[in-house]
Amino acid sequence: MMKIRTREELNQKYREYSRSLKSQKKQILVCGGTGCVAGGSLKIYARLQQLMLEQGINCVVQLEKEPEHNSVGIKKSGCHGFCEKGPLLRIEPSGILYTKVKVEDCEEIIEKTIVGDEVIDRLVYHDLDGKAYDKQDEIPFYKNQTRIALEHCGKINAESIAEYIAEGGYQAVAKALFDMTPEEIIEQITESSLRGRGGGGFPTGRKWASVLRQTEPEKYVVCNGDEGDPGAFMDRSMMEGDPHKVIEGMIIAGIATKAHHGYIYVRAEYPLAVERLKIAIEKATARGLLGKNILNSGFDFDIKISQGAGAFVCGEGSALTSSIEGNRGMPRVKPPRTVEHGLFDKPTVLNNVETFCNVPPIINKGADWYKQYGPEGNHGTKAFALTGNVVNTGLIEVPMGTKLREVIFDIGGGVKGGEFKGVQIGGPSGGCLCVSATENHLDLNMDFDSLKKVGAMIGSGGLVVMNNSNCMVEVARFFMQFTQNESCGKCVPCREGTKRMLELLTDITEGRGTLEHITMLEELADTISHTALCGLGKTAASPVVSTLKYFRDEYIAHVVDHKCPAGQCKALVNLVIDPDKCKGCTKCARMCPVNAITGEVKKPHTIDASKCIKCGTCMDGCKFGAISYE
Amino acid sequence: MKKEEIKKLDEILQAHDYNPSLVIAVMQDIQKEYHYLPKESLTYISKALKLPEAKIYGVATFYENFSLDAKGKYIIKICDGTACHVRKSVPVLEEFRKILGVSEEKPTTDDMMFTVETVSCLGACGLAPACTVNDEVHPAMTPEKARELIKELKEESAK
Repeated sequence: MMKIRTREELNQKYREYSRSLKSQKKQILVCGGTGCVAGGSLKIYARLQQLMLEQGINCVVQLEKEPEHNSVGIKKSGCHGFCEKGPLLRIEPSGILYTKVKVEDCEEIIEKTIVGDEVIDRLVYHDLDGKAYDKQDEIPFYKNQTRIALEHCGKINAESIAEYIAEGGYQAVAKALFDMTPEEIIEQITESSLRGRGGGGFPTGRKWASVLRQTEPEKYVVCNGDEGDPGAFMDRSMMEGDPHKVIEGMIIAGIATKAHHGYIYVRAEYPLAVERLKIAIEKATARGLLGKNILNSGFDFDIKISQGAGAFVCGEGSALTSSIEGNRGMPRVKPPRTVEHGLFDKPTVLNNVETFCNVPPIINKGADWYKQYGPEGNHGTKAFALTGNVVNTGLIEVPMGTKLREVIFDIGGGVKGGEFKGVQIGGPSGGCLCVSATENHLDLNMDFDSLKKVGAMIGSGGLVVMNNSNCMVEVARFFMQFTQNESCGKCVPCREGTKRMLELLTDITEGRGTLEHITMLEELADTISHTALCGLGKTAASPVVSTLKYFRDEYIAHVVDHKCPAGQCKALVNLVIDPDKCKGCTKCARMCPVNAITGEVKKPHTIDASKCIKCGTCMDGCKFGAISYE
Repeated sequence: MKKEEIKKLDEILQAHDYNPSLVIAVMQDIQKEYHYLPKESLTYISKALKLPEAKIYGVATFYENFSLDAKGKYIIKICDGTACHVRKSVPVLEEFRKILGVSEEKPTTDDMMFTVETVSCLGACGLAPACTVNDEVHPAMTPEKARELIKELKEESAK
């Protein structure tokens, strides 16, 4: 591959590749994110290529070739975001989005949409009312989003550096190298009020300035891709879908802080992200955009990948650097902070994937442009992983300060399988938002400061929607179990405290709870939050504190009335058959794994509560809806 | 250890320049080869990397991905992240355990065919509840699909 030696050569390549891209008559973008790949998108990609070859359609896979007119481009893109409807396929330039595509659909797609100009109605998105949307940008899920960090995700081939360059990639590096001093870069970042997207919300500019101030000649830039929050996959999608943007952001951080070595720490659970980053680093190095003397500026920068081995606590700064060094990933007492003594004891810039993805657009377009989004002090956009009981599961990006209602009902399409009960935001360190007599969080602005006021946090951006079949005590127990599992064991409050809290919560969900349990939970929560060593421990109690605050009735129902209002805590519910609805078809009696159901044919059946294991098989199987929780 | 096993370990060590700070990467490669970390291999890399065995053992037991016990041919991991949890992943896990006769304490079948374990969020929340078999993702699982999957895997293995 030819090296790009100077800024002029980069500009020349930019013109060449974008011309080549524009000369393509049509482009097919097959989603190559984890979700769609699991749904079979790679087979669709191969089938489409094969079909075009057979039919003699001029099909272009690489941009590096000379532009040919009337050609059709086909590429594997990063995550389109609308994972619920995958595998997804987008057709440019018309912007058609096909959902739930199957291999058998490929022939028709080529014939009607690629050779012809017809839209296949069966494959486009239909909303719950049956309204069809031909174009991706018209679908409410996409229409209400603003994409900055995810700008290229789903639009470019994640494995092609040429496409990234064609979209203006690495121009921000050139600008930072030749038009700006490190101080000016930091000034722009500070001015944009970009704050850490990993959860902490620490001002990025201030962090970079502290590292620049250090006189130590050896410094590091570390990208935290250890996205361990259950229910979050924003960083994964960015690393998979637009790896060069992560790299570009890191190089700029290097230029700004005079660091020459970078590390990307990725979870082992994200094999596709590791592969795409490896390819991107290899290509950027081969093109001379990483390595020695980048674009003949005299600046050197290299990046290595370090893979995690399954420890949530490694998302914490000092634990992460300790893991890269080959040790147990345990946090240490701070100060000294990572900016002074980080990786290999050297000054280190440690930022999250999404934070780095926001850097190139800010450098290219300026802080003032970035500040048009979001409220004062919380500028920009935030990516969220919208999951749980919501109609449109997927990856979204909205301006900071967007109301929760818009996210769940406009973009998310509403709640699935029941009524809205609440959302859990910020994972095991975050809290719950809900609608109750005193609170209405649906109209809350989602930004760092507003969420903090109600005891929740934006965290890395996981939004898990819950309906009335989800028990909040059980949710709190689930998160406590997670934190307890992941506690590294170094400090007593977290190691012992989370264990005791988990025991108390388990007692409550299994029907052994008393009012005293709630008091003890509150006491422990207070102690752990004040005395634990790192962020994991300090926030471990947040889901409990927040559910106790907003769903106290539910806790009381468990310990005083011995009832689980949501019907999820099996020890506290009984399955019963409604004799008016039961037709006596005997299906449930045959399905029951423990033979707890008896009754004569065509007469109402009954469940023997002493035998019942409350598995719910009978309830799922009953065609008449006669079985329910008491 | 056999000669070819030592050769394999040497290759892995060499690929990481015998750099003791890359001990995690070395162990990941060993595990890729054997599906677990055999005791003798840890003793061997301890000498080669000039690290105390206690430190190697400490690192190996700290991270959840490392296993000191041999695993089955098919490693089934059920995601128990929040999104999968609220979309009922537990019944799927229970079904796998029931049909294979394994438990949390004893995750591997006696014939060394299947290992069933949970994994913290795979980030495939759009496909919840999800599970993986040797890293291949299976979306939207149900107890019925779990039964079918085991049947398919048994047939595949018999071939």
